[in-house]
Amino acid sequence: MASEEVKVIGAWASPFVMRPRIALNLKSVPYEFLEEPFGSKSELLLKSNPVHKKIPVLLHGDKSVCESNIIVEYIDETWSSSGPSILPSHPYDRAIARFWAAYIDEKWFVPLRNILKAEGEEEKKAVIAQVEEGNALLEKAFIDCSKGKPFFNGDHIGYLDIAFGCFLGWLRVTGLAAGHKLLDEAKTPSLSKWAERFCNDPAVKPVMPETATLAEFAKKIFAKPQA
Amino acid sequence: MEDEVILLNFWPSMFGMRTMIALEEKGVKYEYREEDVANNKSPLLLEMNPIYKKIPVLIHNGKPVCESIIQVQYIDEVWSNKNQLLPSDPYQRAQALFWADFIEKKVFVCGRKTWATKGEELEEAKKDFIEILKTLQSELGDKPYFGGDQFGFVDIVLIGFYSWFPAYQKFGNFSIEPECSKLMVWGKRCMERESVAKSLPESEKVIGYVLRLKKLYGI
Repeated sequence: MASEEVKVIGAWASPFVMRPRIALNLKSVPYEFLEEPFGSKSELLLKSNPVHKKIPVLLHGDKSVCESNIIVEYIDETWSSSGPSILPSHPYDRAIARFWAAYIDEKWFVPLRNILKAEGEEEKKAVIAQVEEGNALLEKAFIDCSKGKPFFNGDHIGYLDIAFGCFLGWLRVTGLAAGHKLLDEAKTPSLSKWAERFCNDPAVKPVMPETATLAEFAKKIFAKPQA
Repeated sequence: MEDEVILLNFWPSMFGMRTMIALEEKGVKYEYREEDVANNKSPLLLEMNPIYKKIPVLIHNGKPVCESIIQVQYIDEVWSNKNQLLPSDPYQRAQALFWADFIEKKVFVCGRKTWATKGEELEEAKKDFIEILKTLQSELGDKPYFGGDQFGFVDIVLIGFYSWFPAYQKFGNFSIEPECSKLMVWGKRCMERESVAKSLPESEKVIGYVLRLKKLYGI
């Protein structure tokens, strides 16, 4: 069953799509990456995720799994004998990891997404402040979860590292475009060091987009229409 | 050593109902503490859930677990010897988590609009709400429960809203039964379980609560 064909439907620039790809890399599972054309949805996507019609989708044999964090858990359980454990083993640590992953998607990400859409300096400053408030909470969460080890998950990158780390490219690019460094070593020293370790991890490097390429892409999709 | 389990909750919360049902299913002894969420949140609540300051909060031997769906998973993993709530198969588990996520994203926000809005917005909300329930009904199919023959995770995540259906229908002036009769049968079936009957408030009480909210907010 674990030996059936694996495919990921996604887009190179999407942080959510990065999550299952990193997880598959951690488990050394080969997969085919099916890039969705920007601005349209393929038949395969609509068929595999009829409810939300969103990427990423994991296709494993004839099964399709949707929602990035759910896919990561599925990968961890399906290929449990390969590579490091992605979720912590203790139920309490798992609950904490899931809590922060949910916080990242439901609260932290919202202002980040809005920085490049902000109209005027006041609004931009306000959403930047919200992202930085979130970063401060995640700095403390990192210290609590890592317990002195290099990653949220301990010695190896895991569920929460992946849930947050996938946004590092966009954090950099958004910071450059907004003229304000969003992950600041002075404000969040532990998180900043963790970010460098995360981006250099062999499971992450192949799927983390180059800053310049992502910046070009961001310019294209956030371009204000000509007056 | 005896486990100390405390649940901080507010009785109308369909989220808190999930955690109560899970604890009941596992036969876990716990202390229930009612929070006055509108006027006077306890210092314990603020200490245990500083990020959201919301109920329900599950405190197990002094350590807090927040977010109801995460609490149900936690309860299933800690008290794993009885009444398994999530499937063992990774794919079935992923499906259960997917539908729990769907319910989480859609049902509350839309349900709330059926009593908190009017005019065009209300008409849209009623249509959307029925569509959401029809999607869930279609996923249920002919199975007794969402997971199959056994009462489980997705049932627990959804059933709390069943106690709110009469309120939604009364204030939104619409009926769920005509297009969602199978789902209503599922609801009645779940209510026959002791864990559910113990954890869901009377619908009349919920209606009274919504009436007070509407007066309070002038809606």
